[in-house]
Amino acid sequence: MISEAQMEHVAQLARLALSPEEKQRLTEQLNAILSYMDQLNEVSTDGVEPTAHVLDLVNVLRDDTVRQTLRADEALANAPETAQHFFVVPRIVE
Amino acid sequence: MELAGLTIHALHAKLVSHEITATALTEAVLARLAAVEERVHAYITVTPELARQQAAAADEAFARGEICSPLQGIPLAIKDNICTKGIRTTCASRILANFVPPYDATVMQRLKAAGAVCVGKANMDEFAMGSSTENSAFGPARNPWGDLGYVPGGSSGGPAAAVAADACIAALGSDTGGSIRLPAALTGVVGLKPTYGRVSRFGLVAFASSLDQIGPLTKDVRDAAILMQAIAGHDIYDSTSGDVAVPDYSQVLERDIRGMRLGVPREYFVAGMDQEVEGAVRTGIETIRTLGAELVDVSLPHTRYAVATYYILANAEASSNLARYDGVRYGVRTTQAANLLDMYMRTRAEGFGAEVKRRIMLGTYALSTGYYDAYYKKAQQLRTLFRQDFHQAFTQCDALLAPVSPTAAFRLGERLEDPLQMYLADVFTIPVNLAGLPAISIPCGLTRQTLPIGLQMIAPPFREATLLQIAAAFEAATDFHTRKPPLLVDC
Repeated sequence: MISEAQMEHVAQLARLALSPEEKQRLTEQLNAILSYMDQLNEVSTDGVEPTAHVLDLVNVLRDDTVRQTLRADEALANAPETAQHFFVVPRIVE
Repeated sequence: MELAGLTIHALHAKLVSHEITATALTEAVLARLAAVEERVHAYITVTPELARQQAAAADEAFARGEICSPLQGIPLAIKDNICTKGIRTTCASRILANFVPPYDATVMQRLKAAGAVCVGKANMDEFAMGSSTENSAFGPARNPWGDLGYVPGGSSGGPAAAVAADACIAALGSDTGGSIRLPAALTGVVGLKPTYGRVSRFGLVAFASSLDQIGPLTKDVRDAAILMQAIAGHDIYDSTSGDVAVPDYSQVLERDIRGMRLGVPREYFVAGMDQEVEGAVRTGIETIRTLGAELVDVSLPHTRYAVATYYILANAEASSNLARYDGVRYGVRTTQAANLLDMYMRTRAEGFGAEVKRRIMLGTYALSTGYYDAYYKKAQQLRTLFRQDFHQAFTQCDALLAPVSPTAAFRLGERLEDPLQMYLADVFTIPVNLAGLPAISIPCGLTRQTLPIGLQMIAPPFREATLLQIAAAFEAATDFHTRKPPLLVDC
């Protein structure tokens, strides 16, 4: 069972501000979903290799040549705040 | 029939013979779209100006005698998680409500090169998370069938509803756990989820990167083959796209299926399945047998663990992929931030909807210290067992026949309060994504409430041609693909 305190910790990790009502509802829903997921423990997986990816790819490389990429103004065009070709965020150090 | 109701290949014949122009066709589709959109809400953004420009360019090419592809001048809908240069791409999320991509997805570049026309960006569940298209920040799409009170399935509910309502000729969707096949089944259209790696994901906004694939939703199987031909193939911008030759899909469509061995997985016919759905699927399978295929009883023993496995893996990947929405480089930023951390927390709280938050939380939890082995690693091991199940089944047959969903469309709101019940709609589509296989949904019946039923076919990796061959043979022997939603006939 996840407690509301654990939920708070996970929300911090996920960078999500949750209202008290959201926290309570999510705790209930996540506990229901996680108890459903516990059925996976019925399956013995001793010695089974995990699959991260269905393709048997290793180290896909390309030639080290210059290609056309976005211009700086295009890359910045969607940013909420910019200045002199930089992304601007709220002050970090006082 | 009205032009908007026709297939790509029927319209291509008319365009090539100068019976119609791409401009007239585009106007017909835009008019139909305007007539039904209020009731169906298949689109987030409609792009009439772009469509008219592209149609005019296609007409100039036709006038010069240049025909570069069967898609030239054909109006398409594009799911709103596929990046379109200069056209808002929202993923049906508030957090991307103002996002205008500075580049085209590879599939869009290919469609443009083929001369296709884009009529708009189609509605979906936010970040493709959902099975009903009710999780759209711009309001739900509706199923054109029944009494218009049913969901179209999800997450590609907008593309599917647009095709079914003739508000486009064909569409592109994406499928992470069934998001093309489920809405295709529930709206009575053809939906093809390609092999993982068959179609470039470059420019598809990532949900679960090891599962996502782009694919077509169309009015018949030949149209699915045409769209696949245009979008399939290796792409240097997606290192997971397979460097595997793309066959000529049109070559298999009239080939008979005599002697083909087709497996029927016994775990896909479960207690609690809707009787009408099971009946239609079994009748469809029998039709395929009478066309000369041999049916084989096969077992996929881990099927019942699919939903649990998928929702751990997909949400873990999603929690990582969605970390990029932090209000810095794109998207909507909160106006209330006290400092940087507060800006992140509030931006994400304000920008994401309830289902996306739920999945981010689940995924973050499954990846967090102390729970990683119990959930994430365990699910990855199950994923290996799913691959082995299919591998074993394909030693006995060329492809599998199965239902797409245990039920036909459900009512709007019916499953919103119970996320687990919603997730269970995907039980027969998820295993295909876990194993990276291609699968198609084609219409095989209607319920008494005039709700469509889908038949699913699943093939080994990169055998889309096998699916198209069986589906085309079934389609030639039936007329389900020609039915239209009765309530929208006179619009």
